[in-house]
Amino acid sequence: MTSLTTIIRRSRLRDQMFIIVGVLATLLGMITLLALLLDLSRDGFGRLHWGFLTSFPSRHPEKAGILSAWVGTLCVMVVTASTAVPLGVAAGIYLEEYARRSWFTEIIEINIANLAGVPSIIYGLMALGLFVYQFNLGHSIQTAGLTLAILILPIIIVATREALRAIPQEIREAAYAQGATRWQTVWFHLLPYSMGGIATGVIIALSRAIGETAPLITIGALTYIAFLPPSPVHPESPYNSMSWLRSEFTVLPIQMFNWVSRPQKEFHLNAAATGLVLLVVTLSLNAVAIVLRYRIRRRIKW
Amino acid sequence: MNSHLNQPNALSPVEPLTLPRVSSTVSAEAPPSANPPKAEVRALNFFYGPKQVLKNINVTFFQHRVTALIGPSGCGKTTLLRCFNRMHDLYPGNRYEGQIMLHPDGVNIIHPQTDPVEMRMRIGMVFQKPNPYPKSIFENVAFGLRLRGVRGSELQGRVEQALRNAALWDETADRQRDLAFSLSGGQQQRLCIARALATDPEMILFDEPTSALDPVATAKIEDLIAELKHRVTILIVTHNMQQAARVSDFTGFMFLGDLVEFDQTQRLFTNPSQKLTNDYITGRFG
Ligand SMILES: Nc1ncnc2c1ncn2[C@@H]1O[C@H](COP(=O)(O)OP(=O)(O)OP(=O)(O)O)[C@@H](O)[C@H]1O
Ligand SMILES: [Mg+2]
Repeated sequence: MTSLTTIIRRSRLRDQMFIIVGVLATLLGMITLLALLLDLSRDGFGRLHWGFLTSFPSRHPEKAGILSAWVGTLCVMVVTASTAVPLGVAAGIYLEEYARRSWFTEIIEINIANLAGVPSIIYGLMALGLFVYQFNLGHSIQTAGLTLAILILPIIIVATREALRAIPQEIREAAYAQGATRWQTVWFHLLPYSMGGIATGVIIALSRAIGETAPLITIGALTYIAFLPPSPVHPESPYNSMSWLRSEFTVLPIQMFNWVSRPQKEFHLNAAATGLVLLVVTLSLNAVAIVLRYRIRRRIKW
Repeated sequence: MNSHLNQPNALSPVEPLTLPRVSSTVSAEAPPSANPPKAEVRALNFFYGPKQVLKNINVTFFQHRVTALIGPSGCGKTTLLRCFNRMHDLYPGNRYEGQIMLHPDGVNIIHPQTDPVEMRMRIGMVFQKPNPYPKSIFENVAFGLRLRGVRGSELQGRVEQALRNAALWDETADRQRDLAFSLSGGQQQRLCIARALATDPEMILFDEPTSALDPVATAKIEDLIAELKHRVTILIVTHNMQQAARVSDFTGFMFLGDLVEFDQTQRLFTNPSQKLTNDYITGRFG
């Protein structure tokens, strides 16, 4: 018979072993990210200056910039966010607060979970058939925005539902017991209280969409573009116009891809600099999400 | 089949089914039942899906009186209470049978055509666990008023009045903008009472309002209930028989979905007519 102390000592050892494995696993992730950042910085940092952000791409690597790419990314993200957020939040609210459990909602639920796992290029293919050929939206910013919106819709739906589910049932009962209708309960209570979780989900979804390349190439994004979409505001009446939606475009990751595939070494430096910009944007988005989540948690604890 | 029911009309013991709306009851100085009925429950059955939880409940609650519901855990007190503001409608598969007439207009609360939102506007509820909204103290009380279209300076005034009526104003007058969560448990529960009071309900349902509170906070809530009954009809579920004896005018004893006995509190506790009631109040089970 092994004595109690031996057993405890053995359990302790296993405990310690796991700590080591855990620390190593964590470090590995951190180190990889750090190495990536360092590598990109070493190559790309030298190219990062104001001119790089304000110039169009060019045949001369040292004069080339990412103006059309970041403007394109910004425009596409505006379309994506303004369609995916209302649709995703509405669907999340409907599924969580309105829909009665039935085989139909079960199927929808399973499908939403599955959608999140579909390879993004498949979305591109679908968008090509639907938006480009069927609805004739063109190889445009609007097509790209809608494609990415559909891509991130499941993420936003799931985030909305989880944020709603975190609200205790007593809060709903309190509101209903005061004579609130379902919509008043959602609008005055559930939405405000789940805003932090929803916003976090939206930001994470957008930071995923910002890096997507394959579906946009599939729908026919240009890889070399030396013009900007028409401005949404005009000096004379009607002052604003939505024609930018129909403009052709490129985005940061595609610009990067374009430069990487060139033989000249100098273009590779441009690609690294673009990667750095992309990485910084995504990491700051995630940082915003973390801060948001932390602040909300501190304010509302159930 | 109703022989287990004992309504508070002692002068007609031969007719256990007679409605207890009469003032012919007992005690010399103003009997508590002298008030007109506020709600009459008739042949009420309630089902969670296939499971029947309330069985042929018949009882009358009198206006501006406190009625306590006691009984062992799981006997259906909460279920009965939540019929009054149609809370069961929030979940699928629940079913009511019978009537709950709300006076003076005699609307049947649980009739499918009756609007549950209207019933909830007329009948307030205070829950077992304090459940303030994660908003400011002011906003907690203001919400119900806003739902009814109260705005501006009237809103200010009525929030203050509700907090005063819930004996919470002195403690919160200068912290209206603070989060409700910053209050103690007892203060939170009084905030929930203020929230229910703000909209002048005809009736308030309390479901074990003090079970999460310490004795001092409990005493405050009990005082409050004694104060409030002058303006609202109160129905309170409690596990604490001393509490029932202290705060209520009438008490109903429930057991396994039946209302076994209903009487003036004093009589039910000193001279119950059912053996089951006697066993329960003397602590032989439950
Ligand atoms: N949502 C529900 N679905 C099915 N059965 C339920 C549900 N809620 C309560 N019940 C059952 O109904 C019966 C009565 O429950 P209820 O909550 O009304 O009891 P109670 O008298 O309030 O008990 P307690 O004193 O413990 O609060 C219990 O047997 C309980 O298990
Ligand atoms: Mg209960």
